[in-house]
Amino acid sequence: MNVGRGATAVWRRNADVFFKTWKTNFLPSIFEPLLYLVAMGLGFGGLVAGLTYAGQPIEYIRFLAPGLISISAMYGGFFECTYGSFVRMHYQKTFDAIVATPVSLEDVIIGEIMWGASKSLINSTIVLVVIALMGWLLSPAIQFTSLTVLLVPPITFLAGLMFSALAMIFTALVPNIDSFNYPFFLLITPMFLFGGTFFPISQLGAAEPLAYVLPLTHTSLLIRNMSLGLSSPLDLMAFAYIIAMTAAATYLAVRLMKKRLTR
Amino acid sequence: MPPVVVARDLVKKYEDLTAVDHISFDIERGEIFGFLGPNGAGKSTVIRMIQCVSPVTSGRLEVLGMDARAHPREIKARLGVAPQDNNLDPDFNVVQNLTSYARYFGMPKDQAARRADELLKFMQLEEKRKVMIEKLSGGMKRRLIVARALINDPDIIILDEPTTGLDPQARHLIWERVRQLKREGRTIILTTHYMDEAEQLCDRLVIMERGRFLMEGAPRRMIAEVVGDCVMEVIEADDAAERYLRSRGQQVERSADRLYVYSNDCRGINQEFRRLHPDVYSSIRIATLEDVFLRLTGRRLRE
Repeated sequence: MNVGRGATAVWRRNADVFFKTWKTNFLPSIFEPLLYLVAMGLGFGGLVAGLTYAGQPIEYIRFLAPGLISISAMYGGFFECTYGSFVRMHYQKTFDAIVATPVSLEDVIIGEIMWGASKSLINSTIVLVVIALMGWLLSPAIQFTSLTVLLVPPITFLAGLMFSALAMIFTALVPNIDSFNYPFFLLITPMFLFGGTFFPISQLGAAEPLAYVLPLTHTSLLIRNMSLGLSSPLDLMAFAYIIAMTAAATYLAVRLMKKRLTR
Repeated sequence: MPPVVVARDLVKKYEDLTAVDHISFDIERGEIFGFLGPNGAGKSTVIRMIQCVSPVTSGRLEVLGMDARAHPREIKARLGVAPQDNNLDPDFNVVQNLTSYARYFGMPKDQAARRADELLKFMQLEEKRKVMIEKLSGGMKRRLIVARALINDPDIIILDEPTTGLDPQARHLIWERVRQLKREGRTIILTTHYMDEAEQLCDRLVIMERGRFLMEGAPRRMIAEVVGDCVMEVIEADDAAERYLRSRGQQVERSADRLYVYSNDCRGINQEFRRLHPDVYSSIRIATLEDVFLRLTGRRLRE
């Protein structure tokens, strides 16, 4: 693939724009997880008794917290590379302006995906920090003491690449911006609910294997195990899934984008 | 010196349309070369192929001695492009539009800042440095697009419809800058559907229609060859007047209520016509590129 350092320049462009208005960008990503932690973790979680994960009893809020990190990793990249990239491509003609320079279209797509992954990293790291503060001040159940929690940010970046590349496929395909309702409705919302976020996928019973089709299931599995300091044979599979899915989605996204934009 | 653009038998096909149909041309270093034609003639497609953003279907295309298919990055590094659509970056202000663009060329930050300052001065935009794009007038946006095209100190500057929709002052400023860039030794490739613009600026031009060249050459020579020095215009000629004019002029064309009489002796014809048909309004004027264009493409309205 024809990718060079131009991808970094594209990434820098988006980062510059984001950090110009970082205050308005950061606030929602701080408050939203806080709301979920309080409502679902403390409120709803009080009703949950006898939850077990990886063969051990676990408080609901401790199960939920890594799920929220995973969700923000998914939304960060997917939002950025659907709505964000589409606006830049279609309305602002930013891609057209950039490909008139030595930067290739492949560079642009890769730069956008890298930026989407950075949004995943930024958003989910904010969630992680909110959880840590809350664990320290309010709810000892969500203190993550295992050193493997340090692996969570790099994992969110990796998962961010995957979700951004998947998003870019839809950006290459949709006729207009309203059509993004479909991938959100058909893909993102089911993952949000069933991807090992709010309850263990073992609750799905016979449908449990189906959950392993979803990218978020693997993401939440890795993030939860690293947050809680657990290890499972599934970790490696989840990691391999994310790598393979990222590679395949990136390849397809670049091909479809070239088809859409090359005239 | 070898030409900076060489095209031989160049073709661009879309699924159901041949946008560029076997054209050949050379663009020499340091000249202003124009592509002229109605909308949909294929001008922008040729430009986009030279820019290496639209793949060549067949034929040979070399830019600055390099094959456009094989070396797009190297070619694009030495081009400056001012596109027809405004694609300035609305997320940045004026000066950031230049500095962020410089980064795509791999230009170091301090050099980009210096170059951006020079260009803001050159295009008279210094006072607008910190203004966001949406607050600029059409003319200012266009000037900024031209400034942006110069950020990498290009050898070839491509201006796609540079003055469409601008008021006369803004047009003249752009024309003046284009001439100045030519004096600096740069090659300028221009598309336009304004005949006066082409006549004013271009050393050589081609007139395109439906993907082909109808004619090429220096504007003055084209006018002399196709039209002659002057044109006689007659408004609301009756049948008798028209019959008379058709018997005298070398070429006579009708467009709505107007007759155009092309001849090297339109002064003589006009004098005689005034005497014979004193009630019909007629006048003579200098022939322009517009007459060439309309003679070649006809006066019918095209889509």
